[in-house]
Amino acid sequence: MNEGLSILAIIVGIAHSGIRLATPYLYAAIGETFAQRSGVLNLGVEGIMLMGAFSGFYVAFVTGNLLLGVLAAALVGALMGLVMAFISVTLNAEQGISGIGLYLFGLGTSSLLFKTLLGTVEGVDGFSELKFCLASIGINSGVCLSEIPILGEIFLSHSLMVYGAFALVPLAWWVLNKTTWGLSIRAVGQNPQAADSLGVSVARVRYMTVTFGGAMAGIAGASLSISLLGIFQEGMTNGQGFIAVALVYFGSWTPVGVLLGALLFSLVNALQLWVQVLGLNIPSDVAVMLPYLLTILALAFPFKRALQPAALTKPFERGEN
Amino acid sequence: MKPSLFTRVQFDRIIDALMPLIASMGALLVGAVVLMLLDVNPVEAYTAMFSGAFANKNGLADTMVKAVPLLLVGLGIVIAFRANVINIGAEGQLIVGALITTYLAVELGDTWPNYLVITLGIIAGTLMGALWAGIPGYLKAYLNVNEILSTIMMNQIAIQIGYFLLRGPMIDPKEVEAGTNIPHSARLPRPTDLPRFTDVAGWFGFTDSAKDLNLTGFWGELYGLLVEPTRLHTGFFIAIIMAILVYIFLWRTTIGYRIRAVGLNPAAARYAGIQVPRTIILSMGLSGAFAGLAGAVEILGLHHRMFEPLAVSAGYGFSGIVVALFGKLHPIGAIPASILFGGLLVGGDKMQRAVQVPQVFVTALLGLIVLFVVSSEIWSRRRARRRVAVQTTAEENE
Repeated sequence: MNEGLSILAIIVGIAHSGIRLATPYLYAAIGETFAQRSGVLNLGVEGIMLMGAFSGFYVAFVTGNLLLGVLAAALVGALMGLVMAFISVTLNAEQGISGIGLYLFGLGTSSLLFKTLLGTVEGVDGFSELKFCLASIGINSGVCLSEIPILGEIFLSHSLMVYGAFALVPLAWWVLNKTTWGLSIRAVGQNPQAADSLGVSVARVRYMTVTFGGAMAGIAGASLSISLLGIFQEGMTNGQGFIAVALVYFGSWTPVGVLLGALLFSLVNALQLWVQVLGLNIPSDVAVMLPYLLTILALAFPFKRALQPAALTKPFERGEN
Repeated sequence: MKPSLFTRVQFDRIIDALMPLIASMGALLVGAVVLMLLDVNPVEAYTAMFSGAFANKNGLADTMVKAVPLLLVGLGIVIAFRANVINIGAEGQLIVGALITTYLAVELGDTWPNYLVITLGIIAGTLMGALWAGIPGYLKAYLNVNEILSTIMMNQIAIQIGYFLLRGPMIDPKEVEAGTNIPHSARLPRPTDLPRFTDVAGWFGFTDSAKDLNLTGFWGELYGLLVEPTRLHTGFFIAIIMAILVYIFLWRTTIGYRIRAVGLNPAAARYAGIQVPRTIILSMGLSGAFAGLAGAVEILGLHHRMFEPLAVSAGYGFSGIVVALFGKLHPIGAIPASILFGGLLVGGDKMQRAVQVPQVFVTALLGLIVLFVVSSEIWSRRRARRRVAVQTTAEENE
């Protein structure tokens, strides 16, 4: 065990990385929440994330502009979401399998583009961590909020991408529960026949949510490549997109539930990384396994099943039933 | 009216069976656009791909070697999908099967008779795969856990177990001695290798090479494929026999009928007295059994040692789905599909060498094929509905 670190410093470290690592899960899972609430299971999130990770990285690498990179990732993600919407809504294809197709396409294409456009692993300076210095808002003081012991170190020393992900949660809650849009989305996911008879276009709502979910998955990928790691590698999402889909189930299709799931998951992940850093006598393979075991256990909790959108994975065709 | 209706149905059937092929043309076209964007002549690239995979004995042998796990995994997917259970976990099921087969063969291979070790290894791998898939099957049947997600998680767990075992208890002692510590097992004792085609030919007295017999062209390549030393092993026969058995199982036995009934309409199946949860677990377990068998056969027939889990599973869990879909979820249809996609995987390698397109292009192409095939089902469904409508009107008119 590393003697140089106090228990407190380790806890702060785990909490800090836990929040940081929740970022890609949050973007992807909140986007997927919208898609699933409207009745579409987009299993291709992993592939979209990979495409987002590459396009975001590439644009940022070439232009040197990180925001432009995020924008590119969102656009590519939205485009892939649109394809998924076309296949699952217009062509009524089996959603789980279409998602696998989208995943394979994204996995192959992002690697292909990486090999032909970059060739080697390059790096970009990602979004810098904010310091919240009082001097920057005109107060003549050298104090920075990020230096506040414990609380500042855990919560106030992250990059813009991290805060963006967390800001998405209340926003998504508000849209889903307090706006007409949210009502349409929920209605379409719960009872598309009824929504249709009341003049809500099931297809249009689903196109919108799946495209939005795609854009978010793209940003999730970019948050990984240009914010958390600063590099792109083939297959770098390593299953995070699938976990994001699982988190939507875990969070029983609510943004707050997704937030809790993402945090729990990323904290276990951070813990696992620290186990390795500290050289504790636990095989790293077992530690890496933990989050996945946790997900299966979490999925097995029976009490939230009733909250599943009734029309999830069911294509809608007018005139049936 | 009857004869014309009959031919119409026949015609529809043929179109239905060919639909995946037609849809794949769409995928190849999109792939061609991608190739052109990469400044590669698509005709040249596809030619290199297909001739590399099918034109000579070495390519064909590699293609058939790849077809073995694809077909076995694909058969498992067929069973699961027929029960409307989506098994994405073949990757993990294959890995645990390969692990236990390796373990048994390394431990027992030197002391036990080889046919016993091979049989035991195959049975253990199959059972392990079934067990690994049975867990998500149980979770789906009794706790309504989405099997897509649980099988994906089970994959990750299997991969980590693989790394853990190969870095620790199962590591090749030579790696430890040399201090390199590469995570792979010892080589299996040679008697446990599944016989290759060339070995079988030798048993029957065929030992001359095609050159000795002055065979050239098509016959020369065919003779070479069957007799000359290639990597092609008898696991290929196991896979073909299994395909026939699965066909008999699904269409000629009560359990197979129950599986299909649950897949078509679980509510009606339950009403008919079929135990739906048990059938779901069974179909998932059988699906995993075939993936586990694929793992066992890969180890005994091809690799002869266990190494990086993801390199052994090699994406077969996903490409096996493509094979099953392409064969229209029919075990016999999966046979040509597995050879076609085995060829695609082998051809990707040849294409990389011929026109410098990275092999990952094939992964993207597989994705496109899935998207196109799954999208094309809408036309099959529409025709089926129209057929019912036509039949109903015809019956009403009688």
